Amino acid sequence: MHEIIQYISSYLTSDKTPGAAGNMFWAFVYIMLVFLGLSVAVIAMNWLERKILAHMQVRLGPMRVGPHGLLQPIADAIKLLLKEDIMPAEADGFVFWMAPLIVVLAAFTVFVVVPFGPTHAITDMNIGILFMLGVSSLSVLGIVMAGWASNSHYPLIGALRSSAQMVSYEVAMGLAVVSAILMTSLNAEGTGTLSMIGIVQAQQAQGEWFIFKFFPLGLVAFFIFAVAMVAETNRAPFDLAEAESELTAGFHTEYSGFRWSLFFLAEYSAMIAVSSIAVTLWLGGWLRPFPNWLQGSPWDQIFSFFPGVTFLFFAAICFYNTARMPKHPLFRVQTIGLAGFGVVLGLIGLVLFIPAVSLRVQDIFWFSAKVAGFMYLYIWYRGTFPRYRFDQLMQMGWKVLLPMGLGVLILTAGVALLQQNIWHP
Amino acid sequence: MLIGGIAVITRKNPVHSALALIVTLLAQASIYLMLYAPFVAGVQIILYAGGIMVLFLFVIMLVSIDRSIRERQFNSQWVVGIIAATALGGLFIAVYTKGTSIFPEHVLPVVENDNTQRVATMLYGQYMFAFEIASLLLLVAIIGAVVMAKKRI
Repeated sequence: MHEIIQYISSYLTSDKTPGAAGNMFWAFVYIMLVFLGLSVAVIAMNWLERKILAHMQVRLGPMRVGPHGLLQPIADAIKLLLKEDIMPAEADGFVFWMAPLIVVLAAFTVFVVVPFGPTHAITDMNIGILFMLGVSSLSVLGIVMAGWASNSHYPLIGALRSSAQMVSYEVAMGLAVVSAILMTSLNAEGTGTLSMIGIVQAQQAQGEWFIFKFFPLGLVAFFIFAVAMVAETNRAPFDLAEAESELTAGFHTEYSGFRWSLFFLAEYSAMIAVSSIAVTLWLGGWLRPFPNWLQGSPWDQIFSFFPGVTFLFFAAICFYNTARMPKHPLFRVQTIGLAGFGVVLGLIGLVLFIPAVSLRVQDIFWFSAKVAGFMYLYIWYRGTFPRYRFDQLMQMGWKVLLPMGLGVLILTAGVALLQQNIWHP
Repeated sequence: MLIGGIAVITRKNPVHSALALIVTLLAQASIYLMLYAPFVAGVQIILYAGGIMVLFLFVIMLVSIDRSIRERQFNSQWVVGIIAATALGGLFIAVYTKGTSIFPEHVLPVVENDNTQRVATMLYGQYMFAFEIASLLLLVAIIGAVVMAKKRI
């Protein structure tokens, strides 16, 4: 018993990830935390997307279930779980059954290497970014299988479109990623790294996020990735695979109930995964904003208040809306619920002000905040951009993004070589 | 890997065969991982499982499945196949029995941490020429494919 406790507590003082420290217990805890956090994030995204889209289109969005529709995702989840699970009679049973599993597995497995902080990752692999790209590219297989196994026209066309799109945008995406990885090699030894934690540490060592590195080059590479990642996750304006007006729902037309919700889960967690690649490669991962300009202990102190302040701000929004709730007996439960939600958020915010907690957690906060920014962008795109036509999409991928990616890669390599050999001999 | 390989050649439905081939390729990637070559394993997954096999599936799905299931499976090259299989099997057995004299007794355990960096230095240092030749070959192949696909250039 004593040994077990020692085994568990020995990690607490370690400065490595649980995977690197070889501590099974904490690795398991981290896996569970990431899984839980991801599920909560997907649920929150579901609500936020509907709400934000609605407000962009001057609607109210979900308002009935819970205050301001806050419980709507839970109601949806219950509905999906209780729905009948239909399999088309002519479908290929085994492949039909496997497809959502593969998609979900691919979407969740990539989070093994996502660095939420210098120690907050399940493990750190030498081939981290390669692993992420590889495993997330496996989800294409699931989509193709789903489309084919349904034995129906819309899913097949949707799957073909989506796989063609994903395979062709993967090329541009890879080139952008390579140009960022090239920047990690600008150190004294001249060796780069593929590990996710190593990439962020390289940005820390060079004192510059890679989006600002070699000024237009990092930005252009980031732009290419940002476009390719929207196409890669089949989201608007590249959501031809599930173009509602043409293909009903694309590759998951024939899926219902729990299997459909697996696809839904996979789509949103894949969005979070590619966003976290972008954050890691270009936006400094877990580093707080302005690590060099505003350095020193007073600034560190100020920035460590940010997580708590954010939660208190959300709590304040809750209380403001509680005060604005209709004063009618029928709304009493909802008003109390909203106030309770605000109290919970406020308590979390207050806990985050404790220095020991905020020091440990602020990395995760900054990482999540940057990813959340990307999630908002996704919703914003969906609310503003019209859908591309398929040939326009392919033209964009092969004739614009790919040459741009190649050019950026060559220029980055050239500038890096110049800097290594001439400016700093 | 073996199960996947057998399934590739025994399934009647070509899509099932292709899926079994994916299983085989993934198993091969895990063998690379066990040989302390994570970089090769990652590239294997990206290129074969994620890229090439998707195109395979793509083509297979566009042809009519029903007809190919009804067709009798042809294997007119079985003589060559058996000869090749016996030769390969013999090679494996020879290596397995006499392996200790061919290969060094203990291969030094490779440090996993800088595998990618080592691959890079080998590829762009020692084997630079071979690497460039291979890339030139691929370029020729790409141009050839474009020429064949386009009626009017």
